Amino acid sequence: MQGDEACAEGAIAAGCNYYAGYPITPASEIMEHICRRFADLEGRVFIQMEDEIGSMASVIGAAWAGAKAMTATSGPGLSLMLENIGYALITETPCVVVDVQRAGPSTGQATRPAQGDVMQARWGAHGDYEIIVLAPWSVSEMYTETIRAFNLAERFRVPVILLSDEAVGHLRENFAVPPLTRVYHREKEVGSPPFGSSEVPPMPAFGEGARLLVTGSTHDEWGYRRTSDAHAQASLVERLVSKVRNHLDEVTAVERYLCNGELDVLLVSFGFTARSALGAAREAREAGRRVGLLRLRTLWPFPEDEVRQTAAGARYVLVAEMNRGQVLREVQRVAPNAVGYHKTDGEVITSDEILVAMGNLG
Amino acid sequence: MVVPLGSTASILKYIRPKSFPTPFCPGCGHGILMGAILRAIDELGLDMDSMLFVSGIGCGGWIPSPHFNADTLHVTHGRPVAFATGAVLFNPKLNVVVIGGDGDIASIGGNHLIHAARRNLDMTVICANNSIYGMTGGQVTPTTPLGAMTATTPKGNPEPPFDLSRLVAAAGASYVARYSVWHIRPLIKALQKALLHKGFAFVEVLSSCPTQFGRRNDLPTPARMLRHFKETCVPISRAKDMSPEELAGKTLIGEFVG
Ligand code: SF4
Repeated sequence: MQGDEACAEGAIAAGCNYYAGYPITPASEIMEHICRRFADLEGRVFIQMEDEIGSMASVIGAAWAGAKAMTATSGPGLSLMLENIGYALITETPCVVVDVQRAGPSTGQATRPAQGDVMQARWGAHGDYEIIVLAPWSVSEMYTETIRAFNLAERFRVPVILLSDEAVGHLRENFAVPPLTRVYHREKEVGSPPFGSSEVPPMPAFGEGARLLVTGSTHDEWGYRRTSDAHAQASLVERLVSKVRNHLDEVTAVERYLCNGELDVLLVSFGFTARSALGAAREAREAGRRVGLLRLRTLWPFPEDEVRQTAAGARYVLVAEMNRGQVLREVQRVAPNAVGYHKTDGEVITSDEILVAMGNLG
Repeated sequence: MVVPLGSTASILKYIRPKSFPTPFCPGCGHGILMGAILRAIDELGLDMDSMLFVSGIGCGGWIPSPHFNADTLHVTHGRPVAFATGAVLFNPKLNVVVIGGDGDIASIGGNHLIHAARRNLDMTVICANNSIYGMTGGQVTPTTPLGAMTATTPKGNPEPPFDLSRLVAAAGASYVARYSVWHIRPLIKALQKALLHKGFAFVEVLSSCPTQFGRRNDLPTPARMLRHFKETCVPISRAKDMSPEELAGKTLIGEFVG
């Protein structure tokens, strides 16, 4: 199965019952697969919207009507969606946005892989907020991490971005559908304030008699606009940030490979590039060099504690990514000696290239 | 015969008590439109628990949010029709009503408007058309009349406006009507038809903005603006017998698609 198709299957397993999208390479297969599968399933709604802005808007409208809603796109489409992703952030709307990255900027190389949307995913909307971004590296994870994205979205009432790339999206691999362990559903409660009685307030749907007042303006716990109220703005932003930050243990996921003992080189990577990094680490180990890999499955909030601890025992830290150093800078905040290996020519980074880069470390 | 309007008390129950005073300027047509929408709902006996009002940014967006005591979704500029699309497709039992100004619905939101009309989605879109961006200071919109003065057309608007009702009718809407806030009875009737209509219903409402439009265009008082609607609006039925010269500068009102 292809990565994009596995993502669609994961969404269905997670209970996704609303999908709105707009065609874009290399993410279109997600929409096409969902469309085909929804046609034979009860209670699932699919629409191809007029553009990405409308797709994201209708996803949020559906989520407030009670849906588990998703859209998928690539970098240029994510750019268009970001204003409404900001709306989802301030209104605490659970939803999933898949970005199958391609090489940019602008139309760039529509059919080539890249990892250049790391910062766009984190900071693309304006204002202050916390967002969750996951980075799958395999077809099997396109399935499982899509489910995790839905569960985190429902748990924290946030939009969650699944940040994939062309190489993973179009990858074909065998995978066994894992048994579902848990699917999370948002808490509902008619009659309690939907915006602030607790860290993650309950969220009733439209049509259930809650008489919801939902607005993208600064609001109080019942949704009334409070745009001149310094306290309302400060406490809203504080909660939007801390409701995620206070639960990093539920959000953060990293994997360590060959990281036992003292390390000569710690490789840090994510997405497709981490596969090449693992290959490079294995080859280096065989050649007698102590090399380990730290793979970031959660990119945002950035797993800085995990990076700091793992990097502490390593002589060198090398960050491999298909961009000009977006994750490198984050790593350098906690491991100042980190250096990067970057590639932005639309080709994937190979194990051999990482081995050469390690050889140049000193 | 003049049919009396329901008393103001009869519509107060549809308004969230905490939302007064309204943010509208004195003499704003949006207050009249707000009353017309609630009277239409009251006379039809619609259940507010099954209604969803979606609005975008601008003075028109304030008509339902925060005033209406129902589910309200106050979204990003220009996108209320697209947000409403998701809500009504996922839960077709919702009676979805989009309310917004001409800048919101027809300019930045124009693409969503024509596509929702083309799809004949089951929603009612009410465009409070005052031919101006009121909240941001009186700039030109796609419905500002040719030659009209705005903050961004110091020599008069050089661009011809959209005829919104005809545009939406051409796009495929299955109910389209236009009235002004002067024509309150036929407006309420049209709103009722739209609210009960299955499919995409569009009601364009010419609304007065003395603050940003009127004062720049020789219509400085609320009364003067309302009289302007009275003098320049011609029912479609009557227009059939009028010459092009007689129709110059006039706006057709009535049901375009019914
Ligand atoms: S600016 Fe115009 S449209 Fe806005 S509230 Fe004032 S009169 Fe009404």
